[in-house]
Amino acid sequence: MAVANLLGNLKKSAIAALWLAFLTLPVMVIRVDTVEKTVTWRWMHLAYMLVGSFVLAVAWHFLMDRRDRGAANRDSGGGETQSALSLWLENPSVMRPLMAFGLLVAVAFPWVFSMYQTNILISALIYVVLGLGLNITVGLAGLLDLGYVAFYAVGAYAYALLNHHFQLGFWTVLPLGAILGAFFGILLGFPVLRLRGDYLAIVTLGFGQIVRLVLENWSAFSNGPAGISNISRPGLFGVTYGVDQATTYIYYIMLALVVLTIFVTARLKDSRIGRAWLALREDEIACQAMGIDNTRAKLMAFALGATLASLMGVVFAAKTTYINPASFTFMESAMILAIVVLGGMGSVLGVILGAFLLILLPEYMRAFSEYRMLIFGATMILVMVFRPQGLIRAKRKVYKINTEAA
Amino acid sequence: MKSRWFLTVLGVAMAGLMAVGCGGEKKEEKKADAAANATAAAPAKKLVLGVAGAHSGDIASYGLPTLNAAKLVAKELNAKGGVNGMQVEVLAMDDQCKPELATNAATKLVSEKVAIVVGHTCSGPTKAALPIYKDAKVVVMSPSATSTELTQVGNYPNFFRTISYDLIQGKAAAEFAMSELKVKKVAIIHDKGDYGKGFAESAQKTFADGKTVTVALFEGITTGGVDYSAVVQKIKASGADCVLYGGYYPEASKIITQMHKKGVKIHFISDDGVKDDTFIKTAGVDAEGAYATGPQVLADNEVFKKAAADHEKEFGSKPGAFFPQAYAAAQALLNAVAKAGSTDYDKVVAALHSELIETPVGKIKFDAKGDAEGASFSVYQVKNGKYELVK
Amino acid sequence: MEYFLQLFLGGLSRGSIYALIALGYTMVYGIIELINFAHGEIYMIGAFMGLIVAGVLTAMGWPTLSILVIALIIAVLYSAAYGYTVEKIAYKPLRGAPRLAPLISAIGMSILLQNYVMLAQTPDFLPFPRLIPDLEFMGPYANFLATSDLFIIITSISVMVALTMFIKFTRMGKAMRATAQNRKMAMLVGVNVDQVISVTFMVGSGLAAVGGVLIASHIGQINFAIGFLAGIKAFTAAVLGGIGSIPGAVLGGLVLGWTESFAAGYISSDYEDVFAFCLLVLILIFRPAGLLGKQRSQKV
Repeated sequence: MAVANLLGNLKKSAIAALWLAFLTLPVMVIRVDTVEKTVTWRWMHLAYMLVGSFVLAVAWHFLMDRRDRGAANRDSGGGETQSALSLWLENPSVMRPLMAFGLLVAVAFPWVFSMYQTNILISALIYVVLGLGLNITVGLAGLLDLGYVAFYAVGAYAYALLNHHFQLGFWTVLPLGAILGAFFGILLGFPVLRLRGDYLAIVTLGFGQIVRLVLENWSAFSNGPAGISNISRPGLFGVTYGVDQATTYIYYIMLALVVLTIFVTARLKDSRIGRAWLALREDEIACQAMGIDNTRAKLMAFALGATLASLMGVVFAAKTTYINPASFTFMESAMILAIVVLGGMGSVLGVILGAFLLILLPEYMRAFSEYRMLIFGATMILVMVFRPQGLIRAKRKVYKINTEAA
Repeated sequence: MKSRWFLTVLGVAMAGLMAVGCGGEKKEEKKADAAANATAAAPAKKLVLGVAGAHSGDIASYGLPTLNAAKLVAKELNAKGGVNGMQVEVLAMDDQCKPELATNAATKLVSEKVAIVVGHTCSGPTKAALPIYKDAKVVVMSPSATSTELTQVGNYPNFFRTISYDLIQGKAAAEFAMSELKVKKVAIIHDKGDYGKGFAESAQKTFADGKTVTVALFEGITTGGVDYSAVVQKIKASGADCVLYGGYYPEASKIITQMHKKGVKIHFISDDGVKDDTFIKTAGVDAEGAYATGPQVLADNEVFKKAAADHEKEFGSKPGAFFPQAYAAAQALLNAVAKAGSTDYDKVVAALHSELIETPVGKIKFDAKGDAEGASFSVYQVKNGKYELVK
Repeated sequence: MEYFLQLFLGGLSRGSIYALIALGYTMVYGIIELINFAHGEIYMIGAFMGLIVAGVLTAMGWPTLSILVIALIIAVLYSAAYGYTVEKIAYKPLRGAPRLAPLISAIGMSILLQNYVMLAQTPDFLPFPRLIPDLEFMGPYANFLATSDLFIIITSISVMVALTMFIKFTRMGKAMRATAQNRKMAMLVGVNVDQVISVTFMVGSGLAAVGGVLIASHIGQINFAIGFLAGIKAFTAAVLGGIGSIPGAVLGGLVLGWTESFAAGYISSDYEDVFAFCLLVLILIFRPAGLLGKQRSQKV
């Protein structure tokens, strides 16, 4: 049985490899120059492609089998079974020490590792918060937002401009940025209240593009594509730091913000508004029928998500000390969305894992230089295919009512 | 069961990655320390040349030729026994032309104790990364970051470049239009990018100072667009007798083709990003007569001829955008290290300011602000499918 | 008036380019309700396929028009094969997964395909031969409309008509409509949903290739990144017209093209995209299901 299965897989893989080789033949092998009228044939590439795709196909079939068997097991077992790991993680006597340990490692990190490591970890932490913010809009309230990066830009430009023109410091602008973000969130929220699904997605995408284009074109306001440089790093009571210390300092600020965000979102999820969002996500009409104020819930979701993004924008501007519109493209929104979905929609731990995976992976793959984005794209597909629910599946809180006692 | 298995694998993989990333780096640092300690006794074997820039994403076509150029220079020098007895190794750092990734790339290079860097491709990321390099005393040389303030403000003594900056380019193009072409009314178009808009603004300023020319139109276009007929009609309606375009060759060739299709046959002047043979190839006959400013890459420049031939041999294609500048940057940096005798920051900087070197952009050294000196700058015109020097 | 007419025709040609890409997009979109970010990349691969075929045939000295036909055929076949494979790898395993999962794998696929072409071919822009010859009788009107513009307009309209017929009258078309309305129900009445989706992807990708070859030949250059913007514009046009509506995709494309053209002509090309997106928001506020989309009342 197993042998037959293996042979079958090998045969399938061979066919897949031949098919892929045929598919990629023109692009891989032929290079033309229509002006000079020359054609170059690179047959060696075909051989690489054949071998490579065969190995990949074998791995694919192997993993696919596992996945399908897993699914079959689950079906026969009936209902959703919780994995042993998540059960284990849920146990407070395991969870608490684990969290404490994680925090300890996080606090010690900049003293143990180099500035580069700290630097990319700050990026990852920024994306953790961005992911958690978008998670409110997309994961909890079910409003697909493809222009999330606009709010990130609002925060970044708020700090950059206020710093540039009025020399306002990081700590002054941080709350201002949050308020501005909430304002923009509501501003976007109003016109799209009626829209659903992909119509909502395209309008938010449009909003994101509009913000970027305005920043690009309105030079008098934003200095256009040349961007704003020499933004101050955060100071503490008038003390300014060099690059190295500032990195460590920003790292701790970020760490505190992440912990705060995790706390807030975790509490929000089980609050009245959090339950309202979940209801909104599942069925808008039923939600309204139950007496939930849809408009308010939607606007809250947009505003909260935007606030977090805007906060991160401020930190981002302070960290890179230079911003230009190129950092706020649609691809950035897509990346944040990928963090949420890949990590597991609605799950805090999932979003954290997703952010670490998607932000740190390309950094650690620098050794592959030109090939890293290729591998990155493939990884995204693979994770999605083998974990469609995301890395960590979000759990609904179950309220148990003890009927016997009553 | 399944999710547990998967999570374990994922966890192990992540841990492995972290370990490889951190561990590798730790080792590197130790090695570097050891090397530093041992320099007195025996010279280290490797000289790492960092190449930071857009190696993926939609700007990659302007960043990857730089990487190729650095590889070629390294290969050539290694064949001759390296620099100061060290083999040159190229370390590529992708920034996708994004400021935040540029800071990551810069800190990575600094962590790896790289002392000389060719990069970055775009001005914005360069601005974001320079404070980090400056702090770590790394010498940086860009083949393509043209933002005026990078050198002219004087914030970054560690920054050099082999390309002339926006102010000069825009001014040269505008002056050429005024004095040689005697235009009266000009339409300035740019691609809204850092580079293109910088060029356009500097030209606009020069026209305003010159007072003999009116700027009838100043507008940005969307890169990657499929159709520029609206802008072309606008140029036509404005009655301009010259178009000045700031940006890169793909859009330039689209615009000039559409202009000719719509019967708008007026002067077309553009910048270094257009002075590329690919422009002539993509625009075909429509490129005839177009002007572009650029450094003097003379057809009989031996270094350039050899570099281009090497590129064909090594990569099987013609060199891409900013290749001569990148080749010159890698040459200049490595030459400075050779002349300085070490990668000591002050000595390398001093050598860059004083040592002349023969490069594809001419025989150059660098002025006090970090701009290349000796690279002559000229205006070219497309004649019979080739860029020919006019001034 | 002449200026207006010029802008109108410019917008028409720009809009029909968007429409041509949006047609394939909306088809896939209508049936599996997936924002297929990889569609733009299929369009790009179609264009590259056209370039490669054209390059080989030019080197062999074939006449232009026959090159155009052969390049189109091969590009369509290959892109259909790519569409089929992409669907099998990135979307089929995700049937029944949460709605956003295929969206993310589509983004991954888009990154993968872009980098694959970049590494296998070149990051540079490549000149694309002008395969569409300039017809003589168009000479006097070239100021308004070039032959290639005309070609693209005619192609998008004929593709629209053909697709509508296909979906209305053929067996496969009926199966597609059934799948689009209710996939489970279609399965129950004996429609082979997997096959229908495969065919949809192949047809959609083939159309993307038609767009790729014609548009590349019209513009005269391609590189690995052209698919991204095309994908966004096609998405916009498809939503503007109403998701899944085939005449809607064409109308959406044209409205988008005109908006951009007039905004650039009368206001400023700096802000043409801003106006396009503002218009989109306005239209969707008043017609939340797009111009030709069915305003279905929500079932409770």
